[in-house]
Amino acid sequence: MLEKIMNMDRRVIFILVALVVIFPTLVPVRMPITVSEPTRNLYDFIEALPSGSTIMIAFDYGPSSLAEPEPMAKAVMQHCFSKGIKIIGMTLLPNTPTLAHKLMRKIAAENNAVYGEDYVFLGYRPGTLQVILGMGTDISSVFETDYENKTVDEIPMMENITNYDQIDLLLDLASGSTTETWIIYANTRYGLKIAAGVTAVIIAQMYPYLQTGQLIGLMPGYLGAAEYEKLLNAPGDGTIGLNTATYAHLLIIGLVILGNIAFFIQRRREG
Amino acid sequence: MKRQIPLAFCFLFGIAMIFTQFSPHSYSQAVYKEVIDWGLIISPFAMVLAVVTLIQTHVTRINLRTEHWQYSLIVFVGMIVMVLIGVPFGPQNSIVEWLYNNVQVPMDASMFSLLAFFIASAAFRAFRARSFEAFLLLATAMIVMIGNVPVGDLVWNKVMSWMPWTDGASWLRQWILDVLNNAARRGIILGVSLGVISQSIRIILGIERSYLGGGD
Repeated sequence: MLEKIMNMDRRVIFILVALVVIFPTLVPVRMPITVSEPTRNLYDFIEALPSGSTIMIAFDYGPSSLAEPEPMAKAVMQHCFSKGIKIIGMTLLPNTPTLAHKLMRKIAAENNAVYGEDYVFLGYRPGTLQVILGMGTDISSVFETDYENKTVDEIPMMENITNYDQIDLLLDLASGSTTETWIIYANTRYGLKIAAGVTAVIIAQMYPYLQTGQLIGLMPGYLGAAEYEKLLNAPGDGTIGLNTATYAHLLIIGLVILGNIAFFIQRRREG
Repeated sequence: MKRQIPLAFCFLFGIAMIFTQFSPHSYSQAVYKEVIDWGLIISPFAMVLAVVTLIQTHVTRINLRTEHWQYSLIVFVGMIVMVLIGVPFGPQNSIVEWLYNNVQVPMDASMFSLLAFFIASAAFRAFRARSFEAFLLLATAMIVMIGNVPVGDLVWNKVMSWMPWTDGASWLRQWILDVLNNAARRGIILGVSLGVISQSIRIILGIERSYLGGGD
């Protein structure tokens, strides 16, 4: 029996994982969510911005990791549009523009936001550092045209926006190291306020920047998206994703405990 | 000459860019802006180099008939189709968007999703408390995992209701991230930063030349 547990076929584990992912997606169970301080700080910051303010969202995640940052993007954009806050979208990754543009269009349509007046998507330009530093002096020197090929200087909402001085917050939705690059170059050099929404695997990297105040807020993975949705009182993809993640976490914890029990019994028997 | 000119440029621009960080004078800032603009022009060439390298790698694989060389043909099919449609018609062309949304996005997402299956299998086989250090790692990971999902607080508030505080699972997770994790991360960041500074000085002064190629 012990041998069987210790040498469990990995296909059994794969089936268990599939079940704990599929089942909660079909039968959602709503669990109470405790909102963490970093997520609340971001929400409070945006909530305190007056109508007409501008935030920049950097969609720095690719199709492979969109499951976590996309619900965050939806929640934050919904919050901004409801408060009349303008959004400038852009990305530092070459394979993201189509994804981000489609998402912005969708959320804008749901909130009756108008392209060029309430939001704009600048797209992608090569050269991470040069793009971040270049926008600090003049956004239109980096993005002469937006993703829809409109001249940036002729877009109504960009009339009074030249560089970071006119942007109240940058939210980096990331699945890699871009948040640190934004902090090092945009926050340190230009004093741009930065918040982040990152995938769960890189949360630990972000905490030193929270403590120093270089990040004013942080949404950690599905949990962050679900927390933000709770603050908005609008459960969405983040809450559904967190539900699934809960069962997957429990399965992994259960497997680790089972593996360790079997390991200790075997070690005791072997003396 | 082949080495002296790049070294001289590196020194000149390195010193100039350091200087611009400390001088708000309009001349200094004009130099800074000009160099950034040059950088923006040079950056796309890095992508050209990446494409050339990709083509060279896969042509070699096909020529040598290495293992799974057939997949290299698929790389070329994908690249040629996207270039033929994407370059003349732009990224917003309906065919490009369709291929992106219905081929690239699902394939990328599927690849990443497989991680969950392998992590579960690897955690079961490898995450064993074989020593005290391994036990500490295991216990910390368990606390962070359980605190990362709402069921942690739910169980805490039911089972540990006699304790003076609520939501203990998420509080413990937050404490680990805020204190233990921060101490370790900060040490790593300081070490890496000092390394970057010393390496940058070596490159600017021409002591470190490996970026020029040739092995020295």
